[in-house]
Amino acid sequence: MSRLLVCPPDYFGIEYEINPWMRLTNRVDHGRAVRQWHELVHVLEKNLGAVLERMTPIPELPDLVFTANAGVVVGRTAVVSRFRYPERQREEAHFENWFRGHGYEVMTVEADLYFEGAGDLLGFPEYWFGGYRQRSDIRVFPVLSEHFHREIIPLELVDSRFYHLDTCFCPLSGGDLLYFPAAFDTYGQAAIAERVPDKQRLTVPEDEALKFACNAVCVGKHVVLPVGCPSTQAWLRRRGYETHPVQLDEFMRSGGSAKCLTLALD
Amino acid sequence: MNQYQESVYLQGHIIDSLVLAKVLDLILMMGGTFDLEDVHIGKTREEPSRARIRIQTGSRPLLDDILKAIQPHGASIEREANCRIDQAPADGVLPDGFYATTHLPTQIRLNGRWLDVDRIEMDLAIVVSETGSSAHAMPMGEVRRGDQIVIGREGVRVIPLQRPQERDVFGFMESQVSAERPHSHIIADIATRMRQLRERHRHGQTDSKVLLAGGPAIIHAGGREPLTWLIEQRFIHIVFCGNALAAHDMEADLFGTSLGYGLSAGRAVPHGHELHLRTINRIRSIGSIEAAVTSGMIKQGIMAACVKKGVPVVMSGTIRDDGPLPGVITDSVRAQSAMRALIPGVGLALLVASTLHSVATGNLLPATIPTVCVDVNPSVPTKLADRGSFQAVGLVMDAASFLSELARVLGRST
Repeated sequence: MSRLLVCPPDYFGIEYEINPWMRLTNRVDHGRAVRQWHELVHVLEKNLGAVLERMTPIPELPDLVFTANAGVVVGRTAVVSRFRYPERQREEAHFENWFRGHGYEVMTVEADLYFEGAGDLLGFPEYWFGGYRQRSDIRVFPVLSEHFHREIIPLELVDSRFYHLDTCFCPLSGGDLLYFPAAFDTYGQAAIAERVPDKQRLTVPEDEALKFACNAVCVGKHVVLPVGCPSTQAWLRRRGYETHPVQLDEFMRSGGSAKCLTLALD
Repeated sequence: MNQYQESVYLQGHIIDSLVLAKVLDLILMMGGTFDLEDVHIGKTREEPSRARIRIQTGSRPLLDDILKAIQPHGASIEREANCRIDQAPADGVLPDGFYATTHLPTQIRLNGRWLDVDRIEMDLAIVVSETGSSAHAMPMGEVRRGDQIVIGREGVRVIPLQRPQERDVFGFMESQVSAERPHSHIIADIATRMRQLRERHRHGQTDSKVLLAGGPAIIHAGGREPLTWLIEQRFIHIVFCGNALAAHDMEADLFGTSLGYGLSAGRAVPHGHELHLRTINRIRSIGSIEAAVTSGMIKQGIMAACVKKGVPVVMSGTIRDDGPLPGVITDSVRAQSAMRALIPGVGLALLVASTLHSVATGNLLPATIPTVCVDVNPSVPTKLADRGSFQAVGLVMDAASFLSELARVLGRST
């Protein structure tokens, strides 16, 4: 059974600009955002059988809804994020409190190292990938690798629209991978190709990558992804996954989608 | 020293991710070079790898640019300590634990920045200027009470010589000495260098001077005329020698003999053993070699050419000298210091037929200066080559043959 952390979008909105998707002039339809979030939660709980832990939303923290950036959870240890931008640094204490309150052993990284949680660290059971340059600092990965005895392959993110690894890279349960190669440099592309065989790798077309096809949630053989990604869906079905498209365009205004709205707890 | 460097560490899963390859490519693409040091590859997939990379550039801004470009990829600058400094307790006395130099390019770290040590030479101490903005190598005897002397090894680094750009005999990065090696191509390469250096010297460029340190065997063996020609043609810009070379050179001019042997007939002339003493006495009576040449008493030869062409000559005395000639420095510490003062600007050193002057000069030279040692006794070039300079060439051959061939290749008609 999969447990995921989510945070209701009571205070979600665009109050600052810290990625190319965010525009203060681009107002969020709050009622619509709430309905989209409840639809996502419904699919996760009913269709995928996931157990959801709900955080209490906090006023003036519009991005607390993106729980993928709370940190990463490995067993009973939670590594709490250190956000690059001051706008989101105010979330750190709330995420930390939640982890402590739920019995996790909290680990923090050095104060001068940025690390944005499961937004930039994801992978397969045996080894992980770490996105760096846009938000997280590459120097955090050797620390986590040593702590968790897990290989972490750093990948430089070279396109600011794909500012977190989970916006362009999605490892799936069967060892398959959705990714958008142009978000990486040639070294990163070569490192990915070296690890994941051709037939298990889907190069997501640009138009679907820009709809955040890679920002998908995979639970067992179910994949929840944004609507409007037919090629990605077709490939997933051929690989034996059941797909669940959800309309999340209100959250795309902030640069996030299904995966950004959840954090895998264990 | 046209070289700036910094060491950085890179660690983590840097091999499969190609992060190491990316960092090395970045360094090269930006115009730097690197040495990979202490590379440790993780034995399992989980075990991280680490590498220490020494980056070299031709300028400080380029080094800074490269460091800035590779830091986002995890390259962190090695945390290095500043060098430690102590005051000289008395004139001519170094503090305990003073750092003893090598003849290789050396830098010290002061206030977080690497600083070149000027006038590097082996077996000296490093003195830091009062303001801490410069440092140079200094002999023990010249140290004054209160001088800031580098102690210990922390914050001091010696930079290995780079392979020379030129693909000539100096570029092999080896210091072989063999009597069996053919000489002609080596002499041809030396001549090519000397031609280039003469051109550069004419244009007032740095490190363009050719230094010759020689012994009296040059005169006995018949090398006087080619050496005179080399000086007259401005291929040689500094001469180090002793009392004997100068005395026999002028004896040859005055009497046609060298240590009493007729240079042309090759026979001992009657009372010939007195002639070098008579030569020295005449020069002493006129006051100086320069006066002897300008008055016309000495017309030709090595000393005459040096005076006429303004080539500085340092004559260092020895314990068995006759006379000596005016200008011979009999205090060996003063002689060493006079020689040392002429080393900056030297781009090639020829050490010919003198154990004493060759070794003394060799000890004063930084390893970066190409050096040729010519002697019939293989132990002399071997001793010089053993100093560890990549650019030392030893030739086991007779001084006159060497100088004649060198002059011939450079255009002297025979």
